[in-house]
Amino acid sequence: MAEWNRKDLLGLKELSREEILFILDTAESFREVSTRPIKKVPALRGKTVVNFFFEPSTRTRASFELAAKRLSADIVNISVNSSSMVKGETLKDTARNIEAMKVDIIVMRHSSSGAPHMLAKAVKSSVINAGDGSHEHPTQALLDIFTIREKKGRLEGLNVSIIGDIAHSRVARSNIWGLNKLGANVTVCGPTTLMPQEVEKLGVRVTNKLKEAIEEADVLNILRVQLERQSENLFPSIREYTNEFGIDSEKLKYAKKDILIMHPGPINRGIELTPDVADGPYSVILDQVTNGIAVRMAVLYLVSGRPESDETSD
Amino acid sequence: MKLLIKKGRVIDPKNEIDEHLDILIEKGKVLEVRKSIKENGARIIDAEGKIVSPALVDMHTHIREPGREDEETILTGSRSATKGGFGSITVMPNTQPPIDNQGVAEFIYSEARKVDLVNLYPVGAITKGLGGKELSEIGALAKSGVVAISDDGMPVMNSHIMRRVLEYSKMYGIVVISHCEDLELSAKGVMNEGYISTVLGFKGMPNESESIMVSRDIHLARLTGARLHIAHVSTRESINLIREAKEENLNITAETCPHYFTLSDEAVLNFDTNTKVKPPLRTKDDIQAIKEALKDGTIDAISTDHAPHTEAEKDVEYDLAPFGIIGLETALGISYMELVKTGFLSLIGLIRKMSYIPAMILNLHNKGHLSVGADADILIFNPAVNWEVKKDILESKSKNTPFLGWTLPAKPLDLIVGGRVIMKEGKITRNERNY
Repeated sequence: MAEWNRKDLLGLKELSREEILFILDTAESFREVSTRPIKKVPALRGKTVVNFFFEPSTRTRASFELAAKRLSADIVNISVNSSSMVKGETLKDTARNIEAMKVDIIVMRHSSSGAPHMLAKAVKSSVINAGDGSHEHPTQALLDIFTIREKKGRLEGLNVSIIGDIAHSRVARSNIWGLNKLGANVTVCGPTTLMPQEVEKLGVRVTNKLKEAIEEADVLNILRVQLERQSENLFPSIREYTNEFGIDSEKLKYAKKDILIMHPGPINRGIELTPDVADGPYSVILDQVTNGIAVRMAVLYLVSGRPESDETSD
Repeated sequence: MKLLIKKGRVIDPKNEIDEHLDILIEKGKVLEVRKSIKENGARIIDAEGKIVSPALVDMHTHIREPGREDEETILTGSRSATKGGFGSITVMPNTQPPIDNQGVAEFIYSEARKVDLVNLYPVGAITKGLGGKELSEIGALAKSGVVAISDDGMPVMNSHIMRRVLEYSKMYGIVVISHCEDLELSAKGVMNEGYISTVLGFKGMPNESESIMVSRDIHLARLTGARLHIAHVSTRESINLIREAKEENLNITAETCPHYFTLSDEAVLNFDTNTKVKPPLRTKDDIQAIKEALKDGTIDAISTDHAPHTEAEKDVEYDLAPFGIIGLETALGISYMELVKTGFLSLIGLIRKMSYIPAMILNLHNKGHLSVGADADILIFNPAVNWEVKKDILESKSKNTPFLGWTLPAKPLDLIVGGRVIMKEGKITRNERNY
């Protein structure tokens, strides 16, 4: 059986195929907990988790919080507005103070790439990256991959098209690392202005023809459009973006009959995705949210350093 | 009393000397250079097995006094220069207040006299307040002794103003040092744009944000016939433009810095904020182009772009950290390791780019060579003596270097400035007599 020896989960780039599969398999065993009448196991009883969020987040934060609570951990939420960061304290000082309060796991979201990595070097606590800048969002990618595997029964050989703002997307990057390691074929599709330099070196097919990206896909992962990108002249208007890259049922006529529609949320309804598609038969968007809790339970459990104990009986 | 340096391997690029000679010094000047000088009563420095060269000259140094004495002072910067083998350094004008008037230039000269170690030469601001809008009083600055003018770090984006600066500077025979960066194209960038910035999700600065402005300034140099010097060249594209301009015999010179031919953007992968610098660390291909350009003479000089920032400023998220790397103490070792040991430059070629050429560009005619009558600014070092870059041995008040932990060759041992021994066997000695 594979092992987990890492203090932190910072990204999928540095994980091996075996480590990723180990997380997914561990998540599998936690999924059932959320379906019980009493949604709690004692696996992390006595452990303390801090949700340390420097960017607004609803679902990721709630997902980590519920995951921690269902593992019986104690959890505290610190968000940027209520924290001491506004008083001019540095990230490291704040982190060391949190650590001095004997915290086991810090879940961190930050607008700067590398902030969780810096934190992980500075503290003994485990650090879980809940999204850093445009760099990585490993638990989102893990729950995306988990959902694909659940629905399709495999990952090897599947065609996954990621649509939208690739340049600014940490979700895209983590998905690319993870899916490539597990043998899926990734296509990225979006406006040329929202493609990062040398993106093809990440091992993806690149296209700006949406039809191409849809036709072969087993999965469409549709990214949220950051509306402020328009003011940076990265595309001319929301209207044009929607016309060119928005997914509606008309464009899905080219799709395979069993295509999966995914979105990391929150959706701009009617912009990158029309409501009938978001709520339609191909959509697994809410399954992603449900699976997110199981995946985050697995990650919290693994970094807490008790992979040898039985997670459901104690 | 005279000072006699005996039996060293004397390297003097101007006079194309590379042989074992003695050097006799009196009244702060080189008195004689030949084999086996006998001089009764002279103090003798035995340089056997060592290199004796002109003291290094840095044409791109940021000393933070006045304004940011928490980062570097004239004293700590001078000590750092001494340890690095530099007899002369510049003070870039982005002090607070900036060097846009005689008063600040004279303050720097006056403080440097009190510190009394190496020579400090202020560089004047091109525009008032480094604002890029109104010319500073370049005539007055020239009279107060600035050795160049520059808007380093705050490049003049307005081509019309840059044209006027270049034209006006000709009256004073003063070189205009240009930090070439299209600020719109590089806006919000924190590192080189390329595969690594894609992996890390950082906003990048493309090579073209530099080369577009190199091209503009070359065009303006052609239009005006002024003396243009391109600072810290980091890209292949810039090098190609400069090479063409030189083939056209335009009066252009260029420098690069040790980090640009040593580290690529892959160094950013560990999020060490000491790799955050402008222009950014580029790719291995750019490194190769820079080494070739140093070899073929397209790049004339090696400068440090010594840019001190405190640990408090640098020990933050990569996005938020200021740009800059210190370089005075590591420049010789890195350059020796990366250029001489690898065969891109001969030892005399390296010394030329670190002393004689920068001195000539700055019109410091008595510096950077060992002709009879030249200023007795002399460095003695041993290529075989290694040292480890550690925070606690760096003299700079700031420690922001990506080379911490590296072992470097060619440790500077003795430094003589104006005939006075200010460093002996790697230790700064402030109470030596003048020779």
